[in-house]
Formats: sequence, structure tokens, C-alpha cells
Amino acid sequence: MGDVAGAQAAVAEAFRSEWGRVVGYLIRVTGNWDLAEDCAQDAFERALERWPRDGIPDSPAAWLKTTARNRALDRLRRSKVGQTKLEELAMSTLRSQGDDEDPSGIGDDRLRLMFTCCHPALPVEAQVALTLRTLAGLTTPEIARAFLVPPETMAKRLTRAKRKITEARIPYRVPPAHQLPDRLRAVLAVIYALFNEGYGASAGADLIRRDLCAEAIRLGRLLARLMPDEPEALGLLSLMMLHDARRAARVDAAGELVTLEDQDRSLWDTDVIGQASRVLDAAVRLRRPGPYQLQAAIAACHARAPAAADTDWREIAVLYDRLWQLAPTPVIALNRAVAVAMAFGPESGLALVDELQQSGALSDYYLLSATRADLLRRLRRDEEAQAAYRQALELAPTEAEHRYLERRLAEVSTGR
Amino acid sequence: MRYALLVCADEHEELTEEEAGRRYAEFMAFSDEMQARGVLVGRERLRPTELSTVVRVRDEGLVVADGPFAETKEQIAGFYVVDCEDLDEAIEIAARSPGARYGTIEVRPVWET
Repeated sequence: MGDVAGAQAAVAEAFRSEWGRVVGYLIRVTGNWDLAEDCAQDAFERALERWPRDGIPDSPAAWLKTTARNRALDRLRRSKVGQTKLEELAMSTLRSQGDDEDPSGIGDDRLRLMFTCCHPALPVEAQVALTLRTLAGLTTPEIARAFLVPPETMAKRLTRAKRKITEARIPYRVPPAHQLPDRLRAVLAVIYALFNEGYGASAGADLIRRDLCAEAIRLGRLLARLMPDEPEALGLLSLMMLHDARRAARVDAAGELVTLEDQDRSLWDTDVIGQASRVLDAAVRLRRPGPYQLQAAIAACHARAPAAADTDWREIAVLYDRLWQLAPTPVIALNRAVAVAMAFGPESGLALVDELQQSGALSDYYLLSATRADLLRRLRRDEEAQAAYRQALELAPTEAEHRYLERRLAEVSTGR
Repeated sequence: MRYALLVCADEHEELTEEEAGRRYAEFMAFSDEMQARGVLVGRERLRPTELSTVVRVRDEGLVVADGPFAETKEQIAGFYVVDCEDLDEAIEIAARSPGARYGTIEVRPVWET
């Protein structure tokens, strides 16, 4: 009985919009992050059972919160240490909607939860990972991929962070406005990771999870409005908008990935590019450069070029040098190598890529092999290029990327 | 919940007598404030590490030697034990301490027995 597909869609929709709120609510009332996550999970599972049979509740959010809270009550009742928490939980039922006080002035619920989650007593990477897990509902393997670490490493990092929360008693409390800048770096990283997860969805057939990108940009906009004097907040917003402006050209009609070089630039959204450039100008005027502003400046260089051949690669190589000085990460090193290859020839780029490969960093990162393959192909070292494409194929996460690499491999194998 | 606030500072910082007196008064005022607030469990100010002795017992027996654990610029100059609600309150207390301005404070939870 009832519309099963409709009910399932409603659960999926509720997961997107309510997951973070349900978990945040449970953390606040139980003080236990694991319990909160488990009970939220249970509530969504129960919704999948019940909603197709009983119909979608009038307020899915309230239904989920109540179900999750009752589940938490059950579990605490059965555990020995639960007694005092149990009382608090019972109290919170009475307080109902009374927990609306907001010393942060953030206004938006999801952004406020992110700032709440990013406690500076945790390492920044753990803040980001925990927030992605707890509020955005990303899986541990998805987060691991975003950080380029094995899933086991990420699982350990999350466990350690939760342990510190419990044992050092780090409260889950909305921070007052003056503490927000302290947490900004982590919140920016959370938003950018969400965007990237949506833009190059790390698993499955769907290359672009549109809703994640849209949500990340919405949050970026809110943040830029909330903190107009933080150039990196503006830089991140500009960067995401510039990527998003190219979305329509990034995948062709058949769902195949199209590289920047081959994209149909008439599909780029010039309005969005214009807006993003103005946001970046405002950031630059504050005269405090940072990694997001530099990445946005690089993206803007691409966006300005009417055709791929017009790209100012020397300017991009310079920007990557500056970025590398501020943030010497392996991924930036790889992108810098690509820029150098384009500005000064594949030979010089390949030297940097080989250096990076010898350092052992990024050994599981498909773009390292894919970039190497591409440079070898340009240098007409076809056999080495084939081997590198094969290696990249083994590591590439999404199907669209697989098909792209297969095409390139076929090209170098047939001698073109 | 109890936390130790370990005050780390450069113990060789040269201070004028006047400055030293002023800081001493600040530390005393801070202690009084924490006492009045009811969070102070204990506190000690430590003498310089020149006076430290390290003691170890191993298979070969007792080893006594001069010195602190490690020769670092910053050393623990004193500590407080405070009993408060959560880490945010401990951080708030640590931030009020003059030790946070003249050095660094490490906030460590204490094992509850």
C-alpha cells in the first residue's frame, strides 16, 4: 500500500536535509557522538520501513528526531552508566523547542552546526573529518578519499577525535561570535570538501552530485556574508563558483568526462564567472592572500581564456608557485607540475612529476599516474604512457574517469 | 571534571624587580579569583629546573641525575588543578591566567578515580 518509491524518495530527501540536525540534536542531549550517530542511523532505517507502509509523516524532521531520541533512551536505559543522562534526556523532552538560543549570530542551522562541530581543541583535520561524518553524513571511505589517506587511517583518526571529545569532555555547544574566526579554517575545509565530493563524486556512476555542490555554494555565500572581512571565505566562494560555472561542459551528453582542454567553452556560465571574479576582487583587496584565493585566481585564469590555446599558463605556473609556498601539499605539487608542463613544455613538467612519484607521496592517487601518462603521451613515449594509463585505471574511483582513461589508453596503443 | 593547567614558560626570562612583583600580584589575584569561584582544587609554583633531580630505578638499580626531563626552553613553571564543567570552562579559566599571557598553558584532564 502507498507509494513506495515516493516514500523512499522522501527518506532520501530527509537524509539530505535532516541528517546533520538529527545527529546534532542527539549529541546535544546525550553528549555521546557514537550513540548519536548510531541512533540517527536507526531512525532513518526505521523510516525506510515505516514510511512506505504508514505514509510520510507531516513533519519528517520531527518524526526522525523523536524516533532517534526514543532509540537513544532505549539504549541508555539498558546501559549502566545511562542513569543521569537518562534524566537529562527526559528533561529535554519537556524543554522541547526551548533550545533556540544562538550566541553565534550565524542564523543558518547547518552552518551553525558546522561551527559547533569544529572545536579548536581537536586537530584541524579531525574537525573537518568529524564534521563531514557527523553533519554531512559522508561515509568514512568517502572522507578518507577526500584526505587521500587509507580508510583505516581515517577511521582511527575519527575514533581518536571522539575519544578526546568524551575523555577531555569537549562540549558540543554553539560558539559565541568572537570564537568563530578560530574555527573558520576548518569550516572552510568542510565546505570545500562537500563541494568536491559533489563535483567529482568519489564513488559510483554519478559524476556530479549536484545537490552537494549547490549546498556548499549556499553555505559559502552565507559565510562570505557573515564574515565579509575574511578574504579566504570570499576566496573559497569564488573558487567554488568558478568550478560550478564550468559544470555543464564537464560531462558530455553520453555522461563522459571532458577535460578542461576539450570543454565546449560556450557552455560555461559567463554570469557566474563574472560574479565569481568580483568576489575574488573583493578578497584580493583585503590584502591577505591565502590558498583559496590563489586557487580561485588560477581558476579565473582558465575561465578568462576564450579557447584552451589562449590560456595564460605562465601566469598559472606563477600562481602555483605561490600556492606551493603557502601550502606545500603533494596535490598542489602535482597541479604545479601540470602548469609547468603547459608553460614550459612536457619535459619540465614530467621532471616534477617524477620527483613527486619518487617521494612516495600520492602513490595511490590516480591523477598522479594519469598526469604522468598524459605527459608521456605528449612526449610520444607511447609504451611508458600505456603502462601509466593502466596504473591510473587501477586506481580511478568513478566509472566516467575509467572510460576517459580507457579512451586515452586506446589512443596511445593504436599509435594514433 | 578536573583538569590540570600546566603553565609552561621560559624560565630564564630576565625580569626587573618591579615587573616580577607586578606579575606575582597578578598570579595571586588570579588564584584568589579562582578560589572565590570555587573551581580551584590545588596549585603550586615550581622553583627553577636548576634545582631539579631526576630519579629512575632500572635493573641495574637506582639512577639519580641532575636536571629536568628534557632541556627545552620552556619548562613547567607551575600548575593548577581546577574542577569545572567541561573543557570550554577549563579553557576559559586558563585564558584568564597571567600564565597564558607570559607563557603557554597545557590543559590536561585528570584521571577520575
